[in-house]
Amino acid sequence: MTSGAYLDAASSEPLHPAAREALLAALDQGYADPRRLHRAGRSARLLLDNARAVVAEALDVRPDEVSFTASGTAAVHLGLLGLHRGAREGRIAHTAVEHSAVLHAAQWAGGAAELPVDRFGRVEVAPPPRGTSVLAVQAANHEVGTLQPVAELAAVADGVPLFTDACASAGRLPLPDGWSAAAASAHKWGGPAGVGVLLVRKGARWRHPFPVDERIDERAPGFENVPAALAAAAALQAVVADRDEVDARQRRLIERVRRAVALIPDVDVVGDPVDRLPHLVTFSCLYLDGESLVTELDRLGFGVASGSACTASTLTPSHVLAAMGALTHGNVRLSLTRDTSEADVDGFLAVLPALVERLRAEVAHR
Amino acid sequence: MTVEVDCRGQVCPLPVIALAKAFRDLEVGETVSLLADDVAAAVDVPAWCRMKGQELVGTEPVVGGGTRFVVRRTA
Repeated sequence: MTSGAYLDAASSEPLHPAAREALLAALDQGYADPRRLHRAGRSARLLLDNARAVVAEALDVRPDEVSFTASGTAAVHLGLLGLHRGAREGRIAHTAVEHSAVLHAAQWAGGAAELPVDRFGRVEVAPPPRGTSVLAVQAANHEVGTLQPVAELAAVADGVPLFTDACASAGRLPLPDGWSAAAASAHKWGGPAGVGVLLVRKGARWRHPFPVDERIDERAPGFENVPAALAAAAALQAVVADRDEVDARQRRLIERVRRAVALIPDVDVVGDPVDRLPHLVTFSCLYLDGESLVTELDRLGFGVASGSACTASTLTPSHVLAAMGALTHGNVRLSLTRDTSEADVDGFLAVLPALVERLRAEVAHR
Repeated sequence: MTVEVDCRGQVCPLPVIALAKAFRDLEVGETVSLLADDVAAAVDVPAWCRMKGQELVGTEPVVGGGTRFVVRRTA
């Protein structure tokens, strides 16, 4: 069978050609220490400043609000914990469906208040609990695609700063308003892995939560990966330029998947059907285990992710699906790359119903 | 009448499969008492009830570990 497609862009988007080109050029020109005053150092500094300016323009923020980190997770840790430290007192509050990077950082900081979500995975717009240092609210959920009311929460936050994990949405959707710090991850928009973006609003009460380093950017410790930062910026610029066209195409394709999958008996299609990421859909199939689904789809050529317990290293089901009350077993997350075609999606939809039926028959005879 | 199904020691989706099998022989109004200790069951049993239009009457911890889910056939 020759059909098939990689449908896991939400885990990592393939490298954008613009990123590859920038990376290869910058590997030769951006190797030096950007703090040095010699010619090679100045060249690296120029590339780094250029990357910062391009990212700032693409995300509609100021260049001095942009820091490059070693990963999206590192940006989440710095952003959230820096606001927490800047607040001096109180406890972190976060939605029940934040990425595990937020949950682990909150736990490291002494625990947190968890805000429940509705069946779409959306948090209610309400003032944060009394004594909250920082409110962590993602721009969009990474597993089910539901957008969160970040700006609305900021409007009623009564001075509590918001940290927004925008890793799932950055490049695909404009950033929401209202955050004091935010995080993004380049490999999710077609940049190279190993580049995170930390955004800290000018004037935000942010204090470095970890040992400082004497680099170009005081917020980001360690030697700058100049070529990767430039490649990440080039990909982001290209993705934002094509955003309207790609967004419309992906929304149509995901809508088609949602409709088709809902016709298979005993399938729970989860997440907000409208106010969502353009490229992602999650559904759960009763009586099946996620691992078999992922393995069999891979055998048929389709690469997808799953939030089911049997596919997780921890053997616990996705905390996102659990918080929504969605079925956690038999879970599949499908997310489109910028190049996913109608034929790819049709190919997936052509094999899925028979596969579900076959796996259910096998389960019944176990 | 209540049918008891003990799925302790089984991981997802086996407890929900067992629940569905037990339901086949149930009259409307009768209940299944499902014992399970898989963490996913706490989410998946209520989700199954929602998807299949059946009623989760209640849950209680079981001495020695796990949870008892009492589910009534309503349709």
